[in-house]
Amino acid sequence: MSSFPDSKVPSGPLQDKWTQHKFKSALINPKNKRRYTVLVVGSGLAGSSAAATLSELGYKVKCFCYQDSPRRAHSIAAQGGINAAKNYQNDGDSVYRLFYDTIKGGDYRSREANVYRLAEVSVNIIDQCVAQGVPFAREYGGLLDNRSFGGAQVSRTFYAAGQTGQQLLLGAYSALNKQIAAGAVKMYPRTEMLDLVLVDGHAKGIITRNLSTGKIERHAGDAVLLCTGGYGNVFFLSTNAMGCNVTATWRAHKRGAWFANPCYTQIHPTCIPRSGDYQSKLTLMSESLRNDGRVWVPKNAADCDKDPDSIPEEARDYFLERKYPSFGNLAPRDISSRAAKEACDDGRGVGPVVGSHREGVYLDFAESIRDFGEDTIRARYGNLFDMYSRITGENPYRTPMRIYPAVHYTMGGLWVDYNLMSSIPGLHVLGEANFSDHGANRLGASALMQGLADGYFVIPSTLPNYLAPQPPGQVKENHEAFAAAENDVRERINRFLKVNGKRSVDSFHRELGLLIWNKCGMARDREGLQEALKRLPEIRAEFWSNVRIPGGADQVNPELEKAGRVADFIEFGETMCLDALSREESCGGHFRTEYQTPDGEALRNDEQFAYVAAWEHTGENVAPKLHQEPLNFENVKLSVRSYK
Amino acid sequence: MESKLNLTLKVWRQSDRQSQGRLVTYPAEGIPTSASFLEMLDIVNEGLISNGEEPIAFDHDCREGICGSCSLVINGVPHGPEKATTSCQLHMRSFRNGDTIYIEPFRARAFPVVKDLVVDRSAFDRIQQSGGFISVRTGSAVEANSILVAKDDADHAFRAATCIGCGACVAACKNASAMLFVAAKVSHLNILPQGQPEKDERTIRMVQQMDAEGFGGCTNQYECEAVCPKEISVDFIGRLNRDYAAAAAAETVTA
Repeated sequence: MSSFPDSKVPSGPLQDKWTQHKFKSALINPKNKRRYTVLVVGSGLAGSSAAATLSELGYKVKCFCYQDSPRRAHSIAAQGGINAAKNYQNDGDSVYRLFYDTIKGGDYRSREANVYRLAEVSVNIIDQCVAQGVPFAREYGGLLDNRSFGGAQVSRTFYAAGQTGQQLLLGAYSALNKQIAAGAVKMYPRTEMLDLVLVDGHAKGIITRNLSTGKIERHAGDAVLLCTGGYGNVFFLSTNAMGCNVTATWRAHKRGAWFANPCYTQIHPTCIPRSGDYQSKLTLMSESLRNDGRVWVPKNAADCDKDPDSIPEEARDYFLERKYPSFGNLAPRDISSRAAKEACDDGRGVGPVVGSHREGVYLDFAESIRDFGEDTIRARYGNLFDMYSRITGENPYRTPMRIYPAVHYTMGGLWVDYNLMSSIPGLHVLGEANFSDHGANRLGASALMQGLADGYFVIPSTLPNYLAPQPPGQVKENHEAFAAAENDVRERINRFLKVNGKRSVDSFHRELGLLIWNKCGMARDREGLQEALKRLPEIRAEFWSNVRIPGGADQVNPELEKAGRVADFIEFGETMCLDALSREESCGGHFRTEYQTPDGEALRNDEQFAYVAAWEHTGENVAPKLHQEPLNFENVKLSVRSYK
Repeated sequence: MESKLNLTLKVWRQSDRQSQGRLVTYPAEGIPTSASFLEMLDIVNEGLISNGEEPIAFDHDCREGICGSCSLVINGVPHGPEKATTSCQLHMRSFRNGDTIYIEPFRARAFPVVKDLVVDRSAFDRIQQSGGFISVRTGSAVEANSILVAKDDADHAFRAATCIGCGACVAACKNASAMLFVAAKVSHLNILPQGQPEKDERTIRMVQQMDAEGFGGCTNQYECEAVCPKEISVDFIGRLNRDYAAAAAAETVTA
């Protein structure tokens, strides 16, 4: 096994690591900063905050996004809130408690030092956002309001109604706009990164396609930051936006960046179920619904197509209350999701038959409406009930809602060290695109925190550690490495267009998604993963011989855009299944059915699997190589999560 | 209960910015009423692709009503017939079997067509760049709770800030005015204490940029409010006018 890149986690006490690291980090003279160009790919919370902050410091920044405006990146859709260890509620919160909760919530599969730093800078994020004018919820005295979220026992979540992600992104976008107006950031909307350019093993540029004109362009820089989000759309159906993709990180992986923990996926329990084969995406509803709704399915499969009102109390199975009497309907995301899947796999799901069976369970508010009145329930959840009824055409005040779990977030991503640098020197990875902070399961209200922590506060301090020893501007776009990478991109596009087969890109994407969902979704086993690994190369081969992409390369061509992304998802799916196969334990968002306790709970194996699995690309049609970064827990004691 | 619709679509097709566009008729058959409007277009596109034709291009991304990408004029109304609903959240149960549906892009001089139903709304970004921010460097912020914001003000600013920047307000206006968008963006920051130091400059600059982009003037028809998927109130336009008058007067005094 080759030596693992140094994770660069500083020595010393946990509480001092970040302070000491910042002190020991390299500095670049303000006059010299402007001679460095930083390429930022992606304009969500991580990308916008990094691009704005680095340009404030004096670096020349180019920022790229595939959307028509940086404000539309999918961070915009986050609902719940953002955690910060402010302890404004005086309820015993602290940086250490936020750190501890996040490590535990991640089922002990993340790095202590990274998570502690995240908790530490969380307080600065809130200050920054408020100063920008983010309209967080307030108390009557004018102070910031907090709520408890995702099962946390303290109230540390800051929020702006159900649109926290939107408001935080608009804040970061405004900071970005300020720098664009000052000429310090050059923004490239409707531009997709299609390859990474390496010079002497360092990331020194990217190849992009202008999605309006089809023009292929070269961009040279002194460092590259990937802030390109997660890979949830490998499942086709997810709560991600339609355009979310793995291409930037997968292309970087194929150029040498190691991919860490790709099998860690978060499944959110309260989404609106599929209604048919044409379904294009899934919609999340806030988990807060489970505070007042009771989850059930019929005891008897024969009752599944009956009007729920006609099913008497004794014929209903309130399965969460039955299995987890102390947490009941509030059991954590992974546990609730799996229980719903088990009920549906047992043939007791409700709602329309999609594919082979019914995928839905009831979330019933009848008892709460009876106890508190319809007005109270409307005040608590009115907007969610409206959304549900807009999508399903049903009235949840009269008929129980139907919910089913859906893919929501991916904890895996490109491997990074403490400086957020990948295994390719110069290539840095921020936000959901990296693997670093959430372990095997992400806690509610911590994704927004991580994106902004990385962009506003971590990368500005750590990037000089890479840049300072590099003479600025040493690589130009006429370097032969750019010509070679551009040629690769053009050849690939031509290959897509030449196939001229019979099937649409979407038909492959749906087939891929269904396979990954069934074999590498909420629960996986060896046999299923092996089947998937056999099937995936067949899908890949058929894709490259039978996909049909109308139109040309030098125009707006959504089918061509999707083809590139789906081809990468198919390849990525193989690594994801390999990772799931090699991790012979159940933890967080990774449930291997062979590894469970006698009463059906996840069975972690800390002796053998307390490591980060980082995969190295070793060539086409060759299995990637697994590297293990051991996780050392010096501060927290590993324990079993129990929600009985 | 689930039923299927047979529809006739009249869709704006235009190969690029320079070309002449036209309405093209397509049958849309067997459309489930539970499908979303964009899923209906997906189904039609699937058919076009299998015939070797170029699918209909349209902007879309989150498909949950928050990113502001989708931008369809459906039977003459931006985002279609349902109140407070983006095109992506509109569902086919709002239509009847046999309907003919006209689908066009958001039209305005400041929103040139890129292809088919895709328009260029970068004018909105440039308006935001002209002043839609508070100048605070990362790291220079004061402790969050040292800035008190009355709950009413915070809620008021939030209501303005819920604008998704889709541009339906412009598409609905006979003058193609962007006043509701600009009013929402200016008001969000002008209402808050953090936004006060740059209030006048922001207001003047954003209005100037709006005019420079070629948006029309506001004649108080309120079509913008009627189609806004986030129900942004036209009261913000009144507020913008007041802020603008005050800023212009202050500018005259100090000049």
